[in-house]
Amino acid sequence: MTNSIEEILNTDAMFVIGSNTTENHPIIGSTMKQAIKNGAKLIVADPRKIELADYADVFLQLKPGTNIALLNGMMNVILEKGLQNKEYIEERCENFEELKEIIKEYTPERVAEICGVNTEDIIKAACIYAEADKAGIYYTMGITQHTTGTAGVMSVSNLALLCGNVGKESSGVNPLRGQNNVQGACDMGGLPADLPGYQKVFKPEVIEKFEKAWNAKLSSKVGMTIPEIFNGAHDGSIKFLYIMGENPMVSDPDINHVKKSLENVDFLVVQDIFMTETSAFADVILPAASFAEKDGTFSNTERRIQRVRKAINPVGDSKPDWQILMELMNFLGYKKTYSNPSEIMDEIASVTPSYGGIDYERIENVGIQWPCLDKNHPGTKYLHKTAIARGRGLFMPAEYTESAEIPDKNYPYVFTTGRILYHYHTRTMTGRVDGINQIAPSSYVEINETTANRLGIENGDRVKLTSRRGQIETTAKITEIIDDDVLFMPFHFADGAANYLTNSAADPIAKIAELKVAAVKIEKVN
Amino acid sequence: MNIIINGTTYEVEKNTTILQACKNAGIDIPTLCHDERLKPTSACRLCLVEVEGTKNLVTSCSTMVKENMVVHTHNEKVMKTRRDVLNLAISNHPLECLSCDKSGDCKLQDYCYEYGILNGTYKGAMRTPKIDSSNPFYDYDARKCILCGLCVRVCDELQCSNAIGFEDRGFEANVSTPFNEGLINSKCVSCGNCVSVCPVGALTPKGQKFRHWETSKVRTTCSYCGVGCQMDLVVKGKKIVDVEPAMDAINNGLLCVKGKFAYKFINHPDRLKTPLIKRNGKFEEATWDEAYRYITKKATEIKENYGPNSFAGLTSARCTNEENYLFQKLFRAVIGTNNIDHCARL
Ligand code: SF4
Ligand code: SF4
Ligand code: SF4
Repeated sequence: MTNSIEEILNTDAMFVIGSNTTENHPIIGSTMKQAIKNGAKLIVADPRKIELADYADVFLQLKPGTNIALLNGMMNVILEKGLQNKEYIEERCENFEELKEIIKEYTPERVAEICGVNTEDIIKAACIYAEADKAGIYYTMGITQHTTGTAGVMSVSNLALLCGNVGKESSGVNPLRGQNNVQGACDMGGLPADLPGYQKVFKPEVIEKFEKAWNAKLSSKVGMTIPEIFNGAHDGSIKFLYIMGENPMVSDPDINHVKKSLENVDFLVVQDIFMTETSAFADVILPAASFAEKDGTFSNTERRIQRVRKAINPVGDSKPDWQILMELMNFLGYKKTYSNPSEIMDEIASVTPSYGGIDYERIENVGIQWPCLDKNHPGTKYLHKTAIARGRGLFMPAEYTESAEIPDKNYPYVFTTGRILYHYHTRTMTGRVDGINQIAPSSYVEINETTANRLGIENGDRVKLTSRRGQIETTAKITEIIDDDVLFMPFHFADGAANYLTNSAADPIAKIAELKVAAVKIEKVN
Repeated sequence: MNIIINGTTYEVEKNTTILQACKNAGIDIPTLCHDERLKPTSACRLCLVEVEGTKNLVTSCSTMVKENMVVHTHNEKVMKTRRDVLNLAISNHPLECLSCDKSGDCKLQDYCYEYGILNGTYKGAMRTPKIDSSNPFYDYDARKCILCGLCVRVCDELQCSNAIGFEDRGFEANVSTPFNEGLINSKCVSCGNCVSVCPVGALTPKGQKFRHWETSKVRTTCSYCGVGCQMDLVVKGKKIVDVEPAMDAINNGLLCVKGKFAYKFINHPDRLKTPLIKRNGKFEEATWDEAYRYITKKATEIKENYGPNSFAGLTSARCTNEENYLFQKLFRAVIGTNNIDHCARL
C-alpha cells in the first residue's frame, strides 16, 4: 500500500476493484465500512456481488478479465468532463499526451459493452472518484492474476495520477497484500532479480556491496521465477528444489504440471509445520516451528514491520525456520551464526536501506513502516509525499486485450477463482480447526441460477468441471452473487482443487498466472 | 481548563468526559458498558459520580467537563449508588463463578469484590434461560448477560456486521439475531469481536478449559493475512488456549475469525515433530544431524555435477523477515544462484 490502513477512516471515496476485502482482509473491510458510516463514498468493481457491493454507491459487475477496459473508460469520462487534476499532472507527471491518445478510444458506451456493465454506472463511478478530494484505490489479485496484470496495475496507477491521488493522505494506490508476510518476503529478496530492499542482482555495484557484506561470491544472473522453476524441474534442468512453507500442489496453477515437476526433480526438500500435498513428494521433510514458537518480524500490507514473539517452545523436535536455515548453511560450509533473530535483523538493517533504522528495541511496542532509513527516521506513513519515487509519475497507458483463454464451443464458461473468509490459502492450518471445517467443509463452485437451470443443475448437486488442463468434481452452489455464464471456485481445497483447471499462462513481465480467467465446461455427475 | 476532583485541582482539555479526565488523573472509575472506541450509552450506570450543584448523580462516561467543575468520585453517596447498581445486576445473575469460564477475568466479579457485594438482595424473577450455541466458535448464555450492549455496539459500529441486537425488555431482554434465527444462520461472520468485549461470561469461546490466573499473555502478530493484526496469545503451559485482540494497534481491538479462533492448528497432533527422510518410498524418522548430512551430501554432489543454477528454492510469505532473508542468503551466498521465488503471485 502507498498509504496506511488508519488513513482509510478519513477518505472521501474508495474504489475497490478486484478485492473481496471483507473476506480476505477482514479488518480493512471493517475499516472501510466504518469510513462509509463517516460519509465516504464507495465504488466496487468485481465479477461477483461481494459483501461490499451492498454498501456501494456504484457497483460494476464486470466480466472477468476486463479491468483495463473499465479503468480506461473511467479515465475517458474524467478527461471528457475535464475532471482531471491539471496542476498535478503538469507538475508531477509525464507522458500525459500518450495517455490521452489511447484513452480517447474507450468511450463509456464501448467499455460498457466490453465489461457487461451500464454506461451510466461507468460515468457515475468516474465522477465519484474524480470529484472526491481524497480518493483511494484498493485492489488485490483481481487486478494482478491476469496475463495483462502488469498493464492492469499501470492502469490503476494512471487513474490515480490523473486525479492527483498519489502522494496524498487517505488516497493512493493500495494493493492489499494477501499473506501475512508476502510484503516482507519481497522486501527480503525472496525474488529472482532482487537482493534485500529491491537491490537488483544485475547491478555490479549491488553485487559488490553484498559480496563484501556476506564474504561470498555472488551471481549477477537473474534467477528463475516459480513457473520457470517448475518448468525446469519438469525438463530436468532443476535438480535440487527446496520448498519452505509453501504448498504448490494446491495453490499453484495447473496442478497436473506441478505434480509432474515435483515427481521429476532429483532431490526435494520440504520444510513445513504439517504434512502437505507437496511434502508427500519430498526426499527430506524438515519440521518447522509455528509462528507461536519463534521470534521474528512480519511486514504487513502497509509496510509496517511488527514483532512476532515466541509464546511456547517448538513442538516436538521442530525448530524455527531461521535456525534450520542457519544450521544448514553451517553444514554447507558457511560459518556464520546468530544467537537470535534480532541479530539477523541487525544484519538486514545494515544491507537494506529501507530497513536501515529498524531494530527490535525500536519496534518493541509499535511497528515501524518502511522506508525507515536510519535510527532517527520515524518511518513512512504514506509514500511519494513530495515527489513520485522515480522522479515524476509516469502515465503508462495500456490497451485492453482479451484473456489468454476465452470461452468457446467446447469450454463455454468463464471460470474464476479466489479465497473465502474462513479458509487460508491451502488449509494447512485452517483445515485443522474444527469450527472452520464445520462452516466451510469442502470445495464448491458458485453458479448462477439461470446457468444452472439451463444445465439442469440443482443446488448441492455434484458436478464435473473440465478445462484444457484437468478435471475435477465438486458441489454446485447456486447463488445470485455470480453472473450468468461465470463460475467461481475458492482454491483452498485439495479435494476438488480449482487449480487443476486454472491456466498457467502468465503476465509477460510480472510472471503472474491468469488464475482469474479460464474456460471450462460443467456437467452434472449422475 | 481546571476542574476539581476529590479536592485536587487538575488541568484538563476541553471536550473531555469526566471519565476520561479521571482516568488521566489516575482515578479508577468502574464501568461495565464503556469502551473508548464506541459512542457512550450510559447503560450500566456504574460510572456515576457526584458533580456539585447538580441534583442527581451523573454518568461520567457521557458528561463533559466544565470550567471549575467540582467532582466527587468515591464519596459515600456515590459508593452507595454503585453498590445498588451492582446489587441489582447480581440479583438476577446466576452465581456460577465456580464453574464459569470467565471467572478471574470478569468485571462483574471484580467490582462485586471491590464493592463488597456478596449477594443480590433484589430477589425476583431470574433472566430468561436462553442459550444460543449454534455458532461453532462461541456461545451466548442470556442468563449471564448484563445487557451492557457492548457486543451489539461493537458488531454495529466497529465490525460493521450488524448481526445482533436486543430483543424484548426487562427480565426477558437479551441479545439476539433478527427473527431469532440463531447466530449460525445470521449475518454473523464469527469474528468474535463481541466475545472479546463481553465483560462477563455471557459470550464465551467454546471448548475452553482453563482458569485465567493460570495463563500468561504474549503479544504477537497474526500469522494469517497481510493486515497484520496485533494480538495476545493466551498461554497455559505448553498450549495456546485463547487469542485476544490488541487495543493499541492498527486493528483497534478487532480480529477476524481466523485471527481470533483459527489458532488450534498450533497444538494439533498432526504437527511434524521430527525430520523425515524418504527411504524406499516411505518416510522414516531421522535426527536433525542425519537430515542435514543427507541434504549436504546431495547438494554437494548436484553442485559439482550440474552447477549452482540447477538449484532452486521457494521461500515463504508465511515465514518471518529474518527467515526469508536467511533463505535467500543460503541460495545466493552459499549455493550461488538467484533461483529464488515465492508465492507473491498467488
Ligand atoms: S462474532 Fe462478530 S459478526 Fe458475529 S455477532 Fe459477534 S461481533 Fe457480530
Ligand atoms: S452478551 Fe456480554 S457484551 Fe453483550 S450485552 Fe450481554 S453482557 Fe454485554
Ligand atoms: S485477524 Fe484476520 S484480518 Fe487480522 S491479520 Fe489475522 S487474518 Fe488478517
